[in-house]
Amino acid sequence: MLVVKEYESLLEAYGKAGGNLDALENREVGNLVIHKNKVLSVNEADGIKVKTEETKSGVNIYFLVEEGVKIKYPVHLCFGVLPQEGLQEITLKVEAQDNSEVNVIAHCIFPNAVDVTHKMDADIKIGDNARFSYRETHYHGEFGGIKVIPKAKIRVGKKGVWESTFTLIEGCVGMLDYDFEIFGGEKSTSELLVKVFGKKEDDIRITEKIHLDGKEARGLAKSRLVLIDNAKAVVRGETYGNAPFARGHVDCLEIVNGDGVIASAIPVVYVSDRQAKVTHEAAIGSVDKKQMQTLMARGLNEEEAVDVIVKGILR
Amino acid sequence: MLEVKCLKLTLNGKPIINGLNLEVKEAKIHGLLGMNGAGKTSLANLIMGISYPDEGSIIFEERDITRCTISERAKMGLTLAWQEPARFEGLSIREYLRLNKNLSLSEVENYLWTVGLPPGEYLDRAVDANLSGGERKRVELASVMAMKPKVAILDEPDSGIDVVSLPHIMNGITEMSKQGSAVLLITHSEEAVGVAEEVSIICAGKIINSGPPKEMCRWFKNNCQTCNHIGKPSYKGV
Repeated sequence: MLVVKEYESLLEAYGKAGGNLDALENREVGNLVIHKNKVLSVNEADGIKVKTEETKSGVNIYFLVEEGVKIKYPVHLCFGVLPQEGLQEITLKVEAQDNSEVNVIAHCIFPNAVDVTHKMDADIKIGDNARFSYRETHYHGEFGGIKVIPKAKIRVGKKGVWESTFTLIEGCVGMLDYDFEIFGGEKSTSELLVKVFGKKEDDIRITEKIHLDGKEARGLAKSRLVLIDNAKAVVRGETYGNAPFARGHVDCLEIVNGDGVIASAIPVVYVSDRQAKVTHEAAIGSVDKKQMQTLMARGLNEEEAVDVIVKGILR
Repeated sequence: MLEVKCLKLTLNGKPIINGLNLEVKEAKIHGLLGMNGAGKTSLANLIMGISYPDEGSIIFEERDITRCTISERAKMGLTLAWQEPARFEGLSIREYLRLNKNLSLSEVENYLWTVGLPPGEYLDRAVDANLSGGERKRVELASVMAMKPKVAILDEPDSGIDVVSLPHIMNGITEMSKQGSAVLLITHSEEAVGVAEEVSIICAGKIINSGPPKEMCRWFKNNCQTCNHIGKPSYKGV
């Protein structure tokens, strides 16, 4: 009875956060719903195997996409902690076998957090010629009493593709310590994108690392942050070109709009093969003046213009 | 409709705009022709409120707007298309064209067709660095048209663009005038002002001659393009 109530409450929060409730009820759509350390729902779509193990403080998950299978509908994951206090530790082991393809949409919901910690440790293996798209969106409350610590090590096989987007723009970030590291094989493509809107006393640390270890591997580590009030952010974007014709790029943009904001960007570009090439660009500053003037010349006032620019950057 | 009276702007002790007078009439295309460094963009910025003059006034529909903000001027029906338009991450062309008006989708599509951009291909593209220079300028012109302004200042819409884009841009300018917008067409190309009803020539922050396009283009070619008095007008007749 308690589990049913928890499930209903989480679904309600999931719906409010923009999650697709129909997807969780459709048997053709893979899904996994976890509240604190309780697995509330699992549905394995054809070609997907999911094993879970509840622990004292979280859940261990094994997620497999079978060889050669292209999953038709996005798989929906929902992680949440609804009470004001709690700890959720997710250990995630993912294997996307050769020639498989899947899109995963994850919603992480912590609307009432006053003292909540959400940790994720992921070990991800993308097979040869496999494609894995992972979009994680967070919904936080206004209290900022949350620590979010997602860490992942991702190995991408020959001609494999990894694309991930981490978005945290709703509510207060709290403390975020994001650390994703990719090892790209021959002709692989890897893209990391992080979008965060920091406000109040938010403390944001982002590390994106891409090791281009295979010949002709490609990688992009991109981040977009908007910081207001007293938010602080450190963004490290690291790309290592370790193989012939590897190409990598680090792209960091931080818009600051508040007297108490502190922002820094640390791009690292490293090459250990003379035929590799990695580049970077990083910009930190207030909203672009020319963009502002352009929008104001279309009749928007200053506040509206800032809003359009910021929403665009975080979209 | 728009009058600029005795406008002066000095930067670092150097006169940029030097007692300039200009009138743009309702629904007419007024060409402003000048070499690089003549003060064309500075004048555009002053008219739009991006910078403010040291002296003189800007009158729009009989109202002194010299100290009005950019937004206030835009709300009155004045707008500007930049020589190098800004790029916007995450903002689609559809949204960009509908910034300030509740335009119907078909209207937005029409504006894109006018500047030669097929809506099916462009509506959902972002106004970002993935657009070529010519595409971005065409989008800019479409967005100015979408405002249905009373006066549009177009700062070098023809410069630095590809040969495919140019006729679409000139078509867009003509269409704007047909819609009832006055256009101040700023350029250094005498070909571009062929669409204007009247042309003024600017040098060293002053209008040094005005008249019909053909006559002014000839005059510009004979006097300005061969002139070595850069920033010091040698023509004393105006």
